[in-house]
Formats: sequence, C-alpha cells, structure tokens
Amino acid sequence: MFEAVNLQLTAGQLLQIGGKNGAGKSSLLRILAGLAQPDDGEVLWQNLPLTESDFPQNLCFIGHLSGIQPQLTALEHLEFWQAAFGLKPADGYQVLATLGLAGLEDIPCQLLSAGQQRRVSLARLWLTKRALWILDEPFTALDQSAILLLQQKFTEHLIQGGAIILTTHQPLTQHFPAAQLLELAYRW
Amino acid sequence: MVMFKAAFVREWRLLARQKADWLNPLMFFLIVLTLFPLGIGAKPNLLAEIAPGIIWIAALLSVLLGAERLFKDDFRQGVLEQLVAAEQPLLAYVLAKIVSSWCSTALPLLLMSPLIALLLGLDSAAWLAVLLTLLLGTPLLNLLAALGAALTLSADKGGILLALLILPLYIPLLIFASAAVDQASLGLDYSGQLAVLSAMLCLALALVPLAVLKALKLNVG
Repeated sequence: MFEAVNLQLTAGQLLQIGGKNGAGKSSLLRILAGLAQPDDGEVLWQNLPLTESDFPQNLCFIGHLSGIQPQLTALEHLEFWQAAFGLKPADGYQVLATLGLAGLEDIPCQLLSAGQQRRVSLARLWLTKRALWILDEPFTALDQSAILLLQQKFTEHLIQGGAIILTTHQPLTQHFPAAQLLELAYRW
Repeated sequence: MVMFKAAFVREWRLLARQKADWLNPLMFFLIVLTLFPLGIGAKPNLLAEIAPGIIWIAALLSVLLGAERLFKDDFRQGVLEQLVAAEQPLLAYVLAKIVSSWCSTALPLLLMSPLIALLLGLDSAAWLAVLLTLLLGTPLLNLLAALGAALTLSADKGGILLALLILPLYIPLLIFASAAVDQASLGLDYSGQLAVLSAMLCLALALVPLAVLKALKLNVG
C-alpha cells in the first residue's frame, strides 16, 4: 500500500494522516498502534521497539469501530473504560454532560443517533490520562459543536504535553498551525 | 481485580439484556433431555442405563451452542482491538468472560440436575454423581469453548469450525464423566474418575486462559 513512510512525533505535537479512501490510512494507524506489523521497517517509542517499551500503557486507541455495545448505556461504557484504564471512578455524569449527552446517560446506546454514539465513544478521551492518542476518523458523524469541542480537547491535551495521531478529511491547520500533515497517495 | 469486576458486571448486564444468548442453550438442553424418554418409550431400565451419556452429550452440545457469542460482539464492535492495543488487563477480561459464561450456561444445568434425574429415572446415588461430574466437568467445557471461540473469532461463520476444533477435546471428559455416573448407578466407587476430572480441570484452568489471551491477540492483529 505505502512505502518509505518516515515520521517522528514529539510531545505536544499533532500528526494528521490524510489521503484518499483506500490509501492505507487506517492500516498505517494500526501499525503505529502496534496492532499490525509492517512488512518492512519498525515503529519506535522513546527509541525502543513497541513491544519492548511501555508504549501500550501510554496509548489510547480508538479505531474506526466505535467500541460501543448497543445494549449498554453511556454511563456503563464509561464505568468499563475507567476500570480498563485503571482510573478511579470519576463523575461519569459530568463527562457526558460536557459532551452534550445530559439526560441520555441511562439509555441503551442502540437508541442513540450515530453522532451521539460517537460522542460516547470519544468520552474516553475525557477520562484517560494517557499520553498518545491514536484516533481513526474521530470526526465522523459529529456535528459542528461536537467537532469544536473535540478540537478544544485536542488543544488541551497538546498543551499538557500529549501527542495525537489521527486520520481525518477535515482541514485542521487553522486550529492547529503546528500540525504535521502526512499525505498518503492512493496506488494499486 | 478492578478490571475483572468491571468486565464481569458488564457481561452480566449484557446477559440480562440479551436473554436469548443464555436461554437458548438452556432450552436446548432441556428439550433434548425431555425428548429422549419420549423417543425411547416405556423402558425405564434402558433409560436409566443410557442416562449418563445422554446428560453429558446434551450438556456438552448446549455449552458449545452458547460458545460462539462469547467474544464475537466485542470483536465486531472494536472493543477487543482497543483493549489489546492499549494493553489493558486483558487476562482479567478473559477470566471474567469465562466465569460469567459458566454462571450463565453451566450453573443452571447444575440447578436443574434433580429434575433431570427424575426425568431419566436415576436414583439419588446416580444423581449425586451427575451433580459432581457436572460441577467438575462444566468449567472445563466452558474453558475449552472459550478457547475455541477465541481461535475462530475472525472466521465469519465460525460455528462449525469451533465444533470441529473443540469436540475432540471434549471426548476424554465425556468418557470419564459418564463412566463415573455409570459406576455410581451400580453402587460402585467413582472417586477415581472424579480425580481424573479434577486433574483435567486444574490443567485447563492453568493453561487455557493464557491460550485464549494469545488467540485473541492473534485475531485482532
């Protein structure tokens, strides 16, 4: 799909991976997240190969699958992720209210709209303290206000010294002038 | 531990909301067992004689029936890839899955065993043996079913593959468990069979969760 990809990301930086449908954006993300192995080359975290470093403990990965169980409520999702991230139980209601989901906390997610489900899925970014976020198309199905909210959250995370890798077709440079852009070409 | 509890609670909520997932195997078990007396006719002695085999085959197939769903939803919805990528306590998650699947598919079988004994004309000594072998044997069924489910995760219609993979592993269990019930109904000592079942269970408890873990990682990657 792609070759000779060379990139480096430091704390406080955002990397946007662009490219046409089928260019290999998601595959590249999966390789960067350690879920797939490249045919050639390697991925390093603090100069160590992924498997030998503490990379997984620093990662929050949200792929193009949302990770939403239709039968569970938003609050129940948050509870599970808190335990999975090893965090103390925080106030789930407040996080969901920030995301504009007040009043929908106890409704099974299958009854929510696609955009609302995406908000529930992204709620994990408000819970986690992990340094590197790898997000596959986080803006899909979100409305303008949610996109703005998410961009604010990104800014906050970058200021705190976090790093973000994401794929999106949204132009981001006006909000994140320092963002790196990697454009993958579509080829057979 | 926190992760185990969270995954366990999550699994129970899902089971409470998707009742068909655990009711179907249970109904299957009951239906098979009620059909046997009807099919064989009024031969109580024959029935009591073949009862151990019938009970165990029905239990085995009903656990297998419920096995495929175990990791499927979490795989399809991307929960597994998120857990694997961020190396969240996956072993606790696997254990919670196995324990809750035992509670939902095998525990009801144990509770129904007096009824089954009555249905198939077993005496109380044989019933006790059924109960004990189910107690030792069903966790093993669930462990192996979880392994099969994890291995066939990315196969689209993995059901038949799962059965082919796991059924041969069930055969030793079937032999020893039904032999124990047989012995019991003849009034003989069956502690030897129980010891073998316990040994198999210990071995599986130690090894299977790790194998499941590896299989899940392979399927996600």
